[in-house]
Amino acid sequence: MMWELIQANRRKSMIIFIGMGMLLILIGYVFGSFYLPNNGGFIGVFIALIIWAVLSMISYFSGSKILLSVSAAKEINKEDHPQLYNVVEEMRIAANLPNMPKIYVIADPAPNAFATGIKPENSAITVTAGLLGTLNRDELQGVVAHEMSHIMNRDILLMTFAGIMLGAIVIMSEIFLRSLWFSDGSRYKSKSDSGQGQIIIMVVALVLAILAPIMAQLLYFAISRKREYLADASAARLSRYPEGLASALEKISSSTYDLKTANKVTAPMFIVNPLKKKGMQIANLTSTHPPITERIKILRTMSQGADFKSYQTAFNSVKGKQSSLIPKSGLNKTEVIPIIAPLTDKSPVENLADSKRQVGDLIMKMNDYRFIDCSCGLRIKIPPDYKGATITCPRCGKVHQLTA
Amino acid sequence: MLYFIIFIVIIVIIGFYFVGLYNSLIGLRNRVKNAWAQIDVQLKRRHDLIPNLIETVKGYMTYEKQLMENITKFRSQAMSSNTVGEKAQTEGLLSGALGQLKVAVENYPDLKANQNYLALQEELTSTENKISFARQAYNDQVLFFNNKIQMFPSNIVAGMFGFKLEEFFEIEDKTEKEVPKVSFN
Repeated sequence: MMWELIQANRRKSMIIFIGMGMLLILIGYVFGSFYLPNNGGFIGVFIALIIWAVLSMISYFSGSKILLSVSAAKEINKEDHPQLYNVVEEMRIAANLPNMPKIYVIADPAPNAFATGIKPENSAITVTAGLLGTLNRDELQGVVAHEMSHIMNRDILLMTFAGIMLGAIVIMSEIFLRSLWFSDGSRYKSKSDSGQGQIIIMVVALVLAILAPIMAQLLYFAISRKREYLADASAARLSRYPEGLASALEKISSSTYDLKTANKVTAPMFIVNPLKKKGMQIANLTSTHPPITERIKILRTMSQGADFKSYQTAFNSVKGKQSSLIPKSGLNKTEVIPIIAPLTDKSPVENLADSKRQVGDLIMKMNDYRFIDCSCGLRIKIPPDYKGATITCPRCGKVHQLTA
Repeated sequence: MLYFIIFIVIIVIIGFYFVGLYNSLIGLRNRVKNAWAQIDVQLKRRHDLIPNLIETVKGYMTYEKQLMENITKFRSQAMSSNTVGEKAQTEGLLSGALGQLKVAVENYPDLKANQNYLALQEELTSTENKISFARQAYNDQVLFFNNKIQMFPSNIVAGMFGFKLEEFFEIEDKTEKEVPKVSFN
């Protein structure tokens, strides 16, 4: 069941929260006592907690708003792109979520997608125009299922927690190292009469300042990679068609465009890392995403069914080792979810003219074009600066009244 | 006296435990109902779409009178069926007939290029998908609920308060396989 996964995730959120919080307090204490040996430790802890609280408040209340506006994403309605809306609603139903996520589109040719929202009640799914233009319905469904899984599994909450802690630790270390750089050392020397204890604190503080951000970052990346695998597994289960996501990932990775509005901070959010282009064959410690070829291979190895057990089996056989990706509690059910037949035909040469036209329409709509469906079947597209009160259909000659 | 207090405490603890079980059963039954409501919404949506579809299609399709009559007939049958089992059967028939229509449309290129038809077809396809995804979510929920009321100790509470096994929503495999693959590319 999905619920076990969600619960396991909540437990993990708590552990990360406590663990990284303790690291933050430790850093605050050590840095504080470095400058003020008597009671500076508590001042340091206080500063660390303030930084953490401010970051938490910002990301809790306006995190997704900031992310969406940085990415230049625009909200769309059902009429703007019915297929996208339908696919999202289908996955919402499959995930049994109470609320429909909002849908945003970025007008960028690089195919990619991400999900935002700490709670499922106010979540949003964002896709690029390039994604809509290059994927067929089944592939789009795979990508949306992946994003819906992030929402369903509360991954965004987890990654936000981890991200805030990472941010606070990085900021503390930066402040410390910079202040060390700019201080002439005299202040520090004058207090050196407290002797050896002070030297030990200095060494510990330096080591922490250098190591803590790196450690926190590695931890963050490791969680991020695991969440991507898990979201793939849930996506296969939700859409019941692993090949859809697999071939979507293939198409996304073969794209040569760079997503202009993505940066280092937003990169971990996306379904495929928008920054590094050249395939990333090896999963190194500093990558936010698992290598895409491996994700595709795992999805294509799922032959028995679309359930978690099949994904775990495929994961083990591709990785060549036994590792528990999905918690035991999520596996013990003897559920078998058959893989369904694709909706779209697998023709050797794919004709995506229709979806390209739909995306063109969508971008026009986002730029305030007006559309009129003539009874002859033609769709008339009127630019925002067209001033006339009527327009004649170029195909059948019918005159349409334009309402202002 | 001490034994009496211990006895009372144990009784109270057991009482609270059973109240908890009862509440969780109620919660689960509500989730089943909610999941069923999801299916119902989509089934109703499909019933609403069909008259529009027939209206759009009939100007183009001259040789498929029988098929269209079938669709109309199955639709009204499906709309008047009440139990889960009945619905599963009639909706299955309707799905099958709509699938045949999709195939038939392949012979009418003008229809295939009609914007209204394309929009309707996307809605219909999506509604079919939503029905089957909602069905999966519903059956998941029913399985979970039925397990609960058959397994100890919640079966005691279920028996006392008359919780009944919920019915799965199974569309016969035959009709499901008849739904053909259609290309929208």
